[in-house]
Amino acid sequence: MTVALSGKEIASQIEEKFPGSVEESGRDSLVVKSDSLLPVAAFLRDTETLKFDYLSYVTAVDYFSYFEVVYQLTSLEHNHSIVIKTRCYGRENPVVPSVIGIWQGADFQEREIYDLMGIKFEGHPNMKRIFLWEGFAGHPLRKDYLS
Amino acid sequence: MTTTEMMTLKTEPFVLNFGPVHPSTHGVYRMRATLDGEVVLDIEPVFGYLHRGIEKLAEERTFSGFVPLTDRLDYISSMSNNLGYCLSVEKLAGIEVPERAEYIRVIMAELQRLVNHAIAVGTFLNDCGAYMTPVVYMLREREKILDLFDMVCGQRLTYNYMRIGGVSQDIPDEFLPALRRLVNQMFFFIEEMERLLKQNEILLARTKGVGILSRETAINCSISGPVARGSGVKWDLRRADPYSIYDRFDFDIPTAEVGDCYDRYRIRIEEMRQSLHIIEQAMKQIPSGPVRADVPHLIRPPVGEAYAHIEAPKGELGFYLVSDNSIAPYRCHVRPTSLINLTALREMVRGWKVADLIVIFGSIDICLGEVDR
Repeated sequence: MTVALSGKEIASQIEEKFPGSVEESGRDSLVVKSDSLLPVAAFLRDTETLKFDYLSYVTAVDYFSYFEVVYQLTSLEHNHSIVIKTRCYGRENPVVPSVIGIWQGADFQEREIYDLMGIKFEGHPNMKRIFLWEGFAGHPLRKDYLS
Repeated sequence: MTTTEMMTLKTEPFVLNFGPVHPSTHGVYRMRATLDGEVVLDIEPVFGYLHRGIEKLAEERTFSGFVPLTDRLDYISSMSNNLGYCLSVEKLAGIEVPERAEYIRVIMAELQRLVNHAIAVGTFLNDCGAYMTPVVYMLREREKILDLFDMVCGQRLTYNYMRIGGVSQDIPDEFLPALRRLVNQMFFFIEEMERLLKQNEILLARTKGVGILSRETAINCSISGPVARGSGVKWDLRRADPYSIYDRFDFDIPTAEVGDCYDRYRIRIEEMRQSLHIIEQAMKQIPSGPVRADVPHLIRPPVGEAYAHIEAPKGELGFYLVSDNSIAPYRCHVRPTSLINLTALREMVRGWKVADLIVIFGSIDICLGEVDR
């Protein structure tokens, strides 16, 4: 059984290493500030006791006042998982750092989020639309998109 | 021109457009392959020809109204999609499923795995150049399973059989005897297929050592399912994170070490055998009782989010649902196995010939309904 690790416990470990990087922590998830996402992600992957080497999926949710990018991480070795989130505010040009350098599996998924939700991933080598064509107006998965 | 002059002739890389309408793209996949003569230098996948905006459509439907749309994701294995989605809603709303329904679900999911792997292996051999004969044999066996699906839900492709809290209707009396006959036949059929193919020289020459995917790359690229297990990643959600009642069955997780096309093909054949073992055990244990929990037609799960995943035939299929306590999901994200499994394709095909590109692509086994959604 994959054990869902406590968000609070992981948050305290991250805070110890990168003070002030955790915005919020819950039962099985935690919210990381977007500017410290990359060091935190590398820490989660490389720490022996955590070893989150597998990125199950990346997705994003539009909550009107902010966008939330959700990362589900799994450790194949320890068989445990955690959900990491990061938020970006402002609807004009939301930007989040790309985790493609840490987990390559994010490649197409980050492009999909950009295409459908309009969040740019900084550092992604090929940040362009994936399903819709270039020149398509708007990002359909946003809550204020009118079809 | 002398031979030396010919040797120093410069060739320029050129771009070959492959697909979207091509028999080996298994749907409407397209890639722009940069070639040097016959050698693949790079590929650039182009998606979106089957994009229907299923995640957006989910937000406009009730929780139970989305079940038929999940059939259209990976339309080769619709039962698995139904199961993944229903599990996710049940987790979100805290719904218990009756025992008999759990067994029916497992039987359907494993039959679906047989269907999927039959098509995957058949079309893969087609891509290798064994034109039509193996795939027709595979389709013949698939038809027998589709007859069983037809028996329980009246459909042969888009089943819409599972419901939140169970399944739509109980299996008819003649189902279990028919399933018994099918399982016996299938064991024999797999043996026959193995005899024809396992040591087949042409198959070995085309697939052994071709398109190797290393274990590290497979994990880093979030690859799942038979492709990952072919590369030595012993990870099967039925065992690693047992959902439904999979902890009650005894079965092996076949893995291989090399990670070439042959290993991926072998894993699928072996998984078909294991699925038959699971079905046999489920047939023995299946209890009587209700097949559907008392769930209202309009479900209002509490505010929150849930992610449930299953080991679909192609790999990890999951649904991430966010609820705002209304009758429709606030957000519904499908974890697309096929799309993510394509991440490593670029690295797998570099340096191989065009003919190998087709074989490597075929060995991943994708369904465009799930790639584009």
